Amino acid sequence: MRRQGLKPPGAFVRLSEAYRQQPSRWGPLLTTVIILCLVSFIHWAGGHLNPYQVRILNLIGINIGLGLSLNLINGFTGQFCLGHAGFMAVGAYTATLLMMPPAVKQMNFFMVPLVAPLRQVELPFLAALLLGGLLSALMGVFIGAPVLRLRGDYLAIATLGFSEIIRIVITNIRSVTNGALGLKGIPAYTDLWWSWGFALLTLVVVSRLIHSSYGLAFKAIREDEIAAEAMGVGLFRHKMLAFTLGAFIAGVGGGFLASLLTTIDPNMFRFTLTFEILLIVVLGGMGSITGTVIAATIVTVLKEVLRGVEAPMDLGFVSLPGIPGMRMVIFSLLLIVVVLFYREGIMGRRELSWGRVLGTRDKTPDRGADT
Amino acid sequence: MDLALFFQHLANGISLGSLYALIAIGYTMVYGILRLINFAHGDLLMMSAYIVFYGMLVFALPWWLSVVLAVLLTAALGMGIERAAYRPLRDSPRISVLISAIGVSFFLQNLGIVVFGGRAKAVYRPAWLAATIDIGGVSITTLALLIPGVTLILLLMLSHLVYRTKTGMAMRAVSRDYDTARLMGIDVDRIISFTFVTGSALAAVGGIMWALRYPQIHPMIGVMPGLKCFVAAVFGGIGNIPGAVLGGFLLGIGEIMLVAFIPNLAGYRDAFAFVILILTLLFRPTGLLGEKMAEKV
Repeated sequence: MRRQGLKPPGAFVRLSEAYRQQPSRWGPLLTTVIILCLVSFIHWAGGHLNPYQVRILNLIGINIGLGLSLNLINGFTGQFCLGHAGFMAVGAYTATLLMMPPAVKQMNFFMVPLVAPLRQVELPFLAALLLGGLLSALMGVFIGAPVLRLRGDYLAIATLGFSEIIRIVITNIRSVTNGALGLKGIPAYTDLWWSWGFALLTLVVVSRLIHSSYGLAFKAIREDEIAAEAMGVGLFRHKMLAFTLGAFIAGVGGGFLASLLTTIDPNMFRFTLTFEILLIVVLGGMGSITGTVIAATIVTVLKEVLRGVEAPMDLGFVSLPGIPGMRMVIFSLLLIVVVLFYREGIMGRRELSWGRVLGTRDKTPDRGADT
Repeated sequence: MDLALFFQHLANGISLGSLYALIAIGYTMVYGILRLINFAHGDLLMMSAYIVFYGMLVFALPWWLSVVLAVLLTAALGMGIERAAYRPLRDSPRISVLISAIGVSFFLQNLGIVVFGGRAKAVYRPAWLAATIDIGGVSITTLALLIPGVTLILLLMLSHLVYRTKTGMAMRAVSRDYDTARLMGIDVDRIISFTFVTGSALAAVGGIMWALRYPQIHPMIGVMPGLKCFVAAVFGGIGNIPGAVLGGFLLGIGEIMLVAFIPNLAGYRDAFAFVILILTLLFRPTGLLGEKMAEKV
């Protein structure tokens, strides 16, 4: 094995430095103002923006939540997992089957009838989402328990394998999931309140967690597993916590996505879906909450803007044919370029805090530019 | 189930397994040297199949010339990928290189969609390849005989290269200890390039035979074989060439037998490999033939 550069002696010292945050006096007030602005914006947007714009805003909200959940596992705890699509699939299917009205279910399952217990169930949106999240978290426990012993690329490929297994099982159990036909006519409950509520709640939960003693343990594991263990950090317990919570959020996010798109099928939950969320995390910076928020916004908007490349263009005097598939070419190049030249992403491991924005913060050396 | 039928399935499994083996070697060689899962390996297979397809049908080249061109171009592509996307990250954390590899894989797939179109294309398969030969009640297509034959020849060539030549010795040295190999005067960059060329050329041959076996190509054909062959490499002991061959054969035969003997599970065919992967990682992370590696602090 090759060395990867000497680890500075004081990984923990640096961490504690990063923690000596100088909260701006105006911080809480400004946060409240921002949240109020967001609330009034959502209130305004519901009536004034067209459905397409609302849909993009919804996607941004959901992607923020999903990105944060993956960043919790990959960025903050340093466990590089590629199984998010699987968790989202579990959440999406569970929530869909629980909230879909019986009549719609009957229309969907015309090839193989739905198993009896699910046939008449119709739960409210929130209950369906939470149960979807819980089942996904349960899967997280089952998968995490054996797999989290692995490290680095082995962990990545094992979680990817599990995610593929989930997808293949969903394709095959037709009496529950309707197989490859997918499910159509899912009630469209997701609106801006739900999606941005999800984003905001995830943001609060993840940032509270990161700034708690658990968060310190996560980061210690990321920096050096063996040193962390020697310092008394329970590796398995903390990895499981991050992984299961990530799986829960991914499951809930999957439920939101299903209700936003109103149709799901197993092919949606291929590795490509994980790739898109991974792009958000890497672009924003592995280990930065605000970075993920910014990147989720950029990627979601860019994905819509680049639709223009794929659609035929009529410039008046000449009409260019659309290039289907070009968006993903650009996205994959973007990922490569970020990794090659801007490995920190937009924010690295830094956060955008009020102190930083207003410039009132003292210049503590918190550049997380290590390894 | 009678014996003839069993042998029929076995022959089919060996044919598939030798394909897996061929592709798994590329993974194992790259992993042995760089400790990198080359996600783009499966997509090289797709590229090679498309080059033959375009060579024969669009540019009307003779088949042997198309095949040679495909192998050369794919090898060059593999080398180029290493230069552009992996080499600048030689001293970065391994995860960065992995992310770069994922990016390259998606880039190739989607480039395939843009350049070749997303619709599947039917591959022309000469009639003599589909002809069946009867051996003791077991009827085998010429192709099912050809694939293990080609694999065997390539394996012999590879083992000569790795175990009998100076370059091969250098490759083994680099995979054993990168830094020491460099101190011993081995041009590590050249050896790594050479490894990528070899692995990619094998993947190219694998891709052509894959396209003949399942005569339909689309930009995503590399994904499943790529993942499965990585599993084969891990199963056999990653970094170990005989291990990759063994893993490939066992995986191919196992997959065919699963479908043949338990038809109810046919839909889970693709999951089989991943179950093997997870069992391997849990119970024997070093694989069947892998050496034990102590975790260094």
